[in-house]
Amino acid sequence: MKYEAVIGLEVHAQLQTNTKIFCGCETRFGEDANTRTCPVCIGMPGVLPVLNRKAVEYIVKTGLATHCTINPSSRFARKNYFYPDLPKGYQISQYELPVCEHGYVEIVADGKVKRVGLTRIHLEEDAGKNLHQAEGGASLVDLNRAGTPLMEIVSEPDIRTPEEASEYLKKLRSILRYIEVSDADMEKGNFRCDANVSIRPTGSTEFGTRAEIKNVNSFKFVQKAIEYEIKRQAQILDEGGRVVQETRLFDSSKGVTFSMRSKEEAHDYRYFPEPDLVPVVVSRETVEQIAKTIPELPDAKRTRFVQDYGLPEYDADMLTQSRALAAYFEEATKRSNQPKVVSNWMMGELMRLMNAEGKEIEDCPIMPERLAGMIKMIGEGVISTKIAKTVFEEMYKSGKDAETVVKEQGLVQVSDTGAIESIIDEVIKANPAQASDYKAGKEKLFGFFVGQVMKASKGKANPDMVNQLLKKKLSE
Amino acid sequence: MELYQRTIHELHNMLKKGETTSVAITDSVLKRIDAVEGKVKSYITVTADIARAQAEAADKRIKAGDTSSPLLGIPIAIKDNMCTEGIATTCASKILGNFVPPYNATVVAKLKQAGSVLCGKPNMDEFAMGSSTENSGYFITRNPWDLDRIPGGSSGGSAAAVAADECIGSLGSDTGGSIRQPAACCGVVGLKPTYGRVSRFGLVAFASSLDQIGPLTKDVTDTALLMNVIAGHDPKDSTSADIPAPDFTKALKKDMKGLRVGLPKEYFIEGMDPQVDKAVREAVRTLEALGAKVSDVSLPHTKYAVATYYILATSEASSNLARYDGVKYGYRAASPKDLLDMYMRSRDEGFGPEVKRRIMLGTYALSAGYYEAYYKKGQQARTLIKRDFDEAFKTVDLIATPTAPTAAFKIGEKSADPLQMYLSDIFTISVNLAGIPGISLPCGFTAENLPIGLQVLGRNFDEESIIHAAYAYEQATEWHTRKPTL
Repeated sequence: MKYEAVIGLEVHAQLQTNTKIFCGCETRFGEDANTRTCPVCIGMPGVLPVLNRKAVEYIVKTGLATHCTINPSSRFARKNYFYPDLPKGYQISQYELPVCEHGYVEIVADGKVKRVGLTRIHLEEDAGKNLHQAEGGASLVDLNRAGTPLMEIVSEPDIRTPEEASEYLKKLRSILRYIEVSDADMEKGNFRCDANVSIRPTGSTEFGTRAEIKNVNSFKFVQKAIEYEIKRQAQILDEGGRVVQETRLFDSSKGVTFSMRSKEEAHDYRYFPEPDLVPVVVSRETVEQIAKTIPELPDAKRTRFVQDYGLPEYDADMLTQSRALAAYFEEATKRSNQPKVVSNWMMGELMRLMNAEGKEIEDCPIMPERLAGMIKMIGEGVISTKIAKTVFEEMYKSGKDAETVVKEQGLVQVSDTGAIESIIDEVIKANPAQASDYKAGKEKLFGFFVGQVMKASKGKANPDMVNQLLKKKLSE
Repeated sequence: MELYQRTIHELHNMLKKGETTSVAITDSVLKRIDAVEGKVKSYITVTADIARAQAEAADKRIKAGDTSSPLLGIPIAIKDNMCTEGIATTCASKILGNFVPPYNATVVAKLKQAGSVLCGKPNMDEFAMGSSTENSGYFITRNPWDLDRIPGGSSGGSAAAVAADECIGSLGSDTGGSIRQPAACCGVVGLKPTYGRVSRFGLVAFASSLDQIGPLTKDVTDTALLMNVIAGHDPKDSTSADIPAPDFTKALKKDMKGLRVGLPKEYFIEGMDPQVDKAVREAVRTLEALGAKVSDVSLPHTKYAVATYYILATSEASSNLARYDGVKYGYRAASPKDLLDMYMRSRDEGFGPEVKRRIMLGTYALSAGYYEAYYKKGQQARTLIKRDFDEAFKTVDLIATPTAPTAAFKIGEKSADPLQMYLSDIFTISVNLAGIPGISLPCGFTAENLPIGLQVLGRNFDEESIIHAAYAYEQATEWHTRKPTL
């Protein structure tokens, strides 16, 4: 049978506040265990939480950037369960009344724009970390992370393919980075994803039984885990079985998901309103003030890039993934006036070189004005596109501008008729058999001669002129 | 008269005039503790050395001419569920037997700032759960008026210490009557302020939406003086009200002119000790004689108060007490097999039976499938109870009731029957559910010479009217001057 997947994602994003959500401890990491703690975040008797207003500002900003309704009053709730890294025996989260609801995020899937709905975004505190010692079996607890502010962003089950899931996550990360509320770094654990996956016969409108895949830690693994999960569920249904509602984990080395606990063993979190905190009140004025701090977002930028620069959706989507990348593009385009050429260079050579080193655009050794300078030199015929690749690599390595590289390495394009003609003469002289074959009608050999001439000129000969002059000489 | 017998305001006047010193007062109180503590057993910890050091510091301040703080140099006891930096804070529980907080509760810091002397940490029902102090994980405190009887609870140690002159004043906490009922049992004055009037920071939580710290004192003037120190907004407690606290001593007026007092018919019930009924009605006649206008009011949802309270308070408690898991501090069972074994045995061995009972009740009430029927219903009933008071306070300024249906009962009399015990709080519980302030003050004695308490309730953040009425009544009577023989 043909199946369609129904996927909803829950993302936990760490907010980049200076201090924790309910106390004044710093949110810095990599410090010695339990040094970024105080009586509040380690849950000592009698202490009380006080809400970090910056966390509220950040979640409101996120809600506005994802078209959510901002609730004028929302509530914290306690989620009760026992675990050593949870010092109070409950997590302060939100349940019935989150800060943000009913939003959406746009993704580009199959070249088309698609909306993925957001059910809610709420605030909560992170737990600490258990450290299990290999020898002796002792377990230790580090509470530096306990109380770090998190946003939980819950999508509607609008996602249909693993690729869409990956696009959605990338877009979400990009938005969070644009508005500077989270560095959304998955590797550092600042952006964690749980996926709810079910399948149903294509065309059906009912939902199948879902499995929740917990804490997958890279975009690639999210995609892989969902791919595997769809196949697994399809196989069960094809064999006449039933999918069990359960929590599963992804084993990235084997590429499979496996059962963690079934619904019967699921926790009863006994949520109830947190009596130590008053409702979170966000006034209309506050919302308006925060709205003013939101920059042009990826979707708006993408649309503008398509309209103003005539870029294809795909290029526009790629180039707006980060503010810095988009700014780089606009700067290089402003100085060269050749948007598609800039886009090609950025998405081609530039990305290739930077990805190889794991660099971000912020660390790019070629400034946008220098890329523009090089593109101008191509336009003016000073260097060929082919030579430009060599020039570009050298610019990237040395940090020098195109003119210097070209001058130093003598890479200026040869456009002198006499010089090119003499190279052509030598090539014809060195290949008399091919020359006579060509003249006898073997026109395919023209390419061979172009190649030989370019090789002899070390690639510097102006290709258009080579074509023109070669034709003339070979027909003499 | 011995120094330990005096009130805060009397001693403050003596200190101001140079008639005594804080060291002399403190020594007098410590000697009194030595003399009677064996019988009463008010304290879990007596902080004699700290008290002497603080007394010396207070005397230095006084010598330098600083006598502006009425609490300066006065020995105060602080219930053992309020965190005291560097001093054991046990909540009368084995599970916190070794717990020494690295911070002060806001009220403790404020008292310290005011220059008061900490003389000790009184006994209580474990985690403030109880009405008799019999639920202490350590020992039973006895009523100074009759050593075979309970001092009330949960702030039984705080009340007994004041009644037995083992301190000059004390702080208690009140979740369902835990200041007022022991005050009534021990014949002292106890005020539960409006929820949010006094910071809860550093008060070990029992039921966060109901807990409130308040003073237990020898008279109403001292109540006002202690309130002046502890009341006020605290940025560390999000539920503390951001409204300025008044000077409560301005409310100490000798007549009741212009005050309207309501008597709720639901509070004068069958099963109440006729001696209590009589004493309270007599007290109301005194208020009338002082100029109060007395009328009947109705609080129709009173009958749901005890049930509502035991759902909401236990629900919150089940969550608040989850942190005592043997991982970070407090008691941990010896050589646990694994994590679950450590959790279960640490909690089983660390908590007493009443605490366990309430954790189980609360866990049940919050469970999936029961939440709607219990916790949510409880919240709705709480709203109705609150509205009863809002309605009543449209026609009256104050409400007068008995504090408890009987005077102090015998030790062991009710401990076998938790439901009977829960009914000791029948007149005090609604007040916490509504969040309003209430005071208990002595209004007579039974034939067995046991104190009887009059409870006066007021509107939210109107402790002043309560103090006004209580002071007028106190000045017109002599109950507060009686002392137990020990």
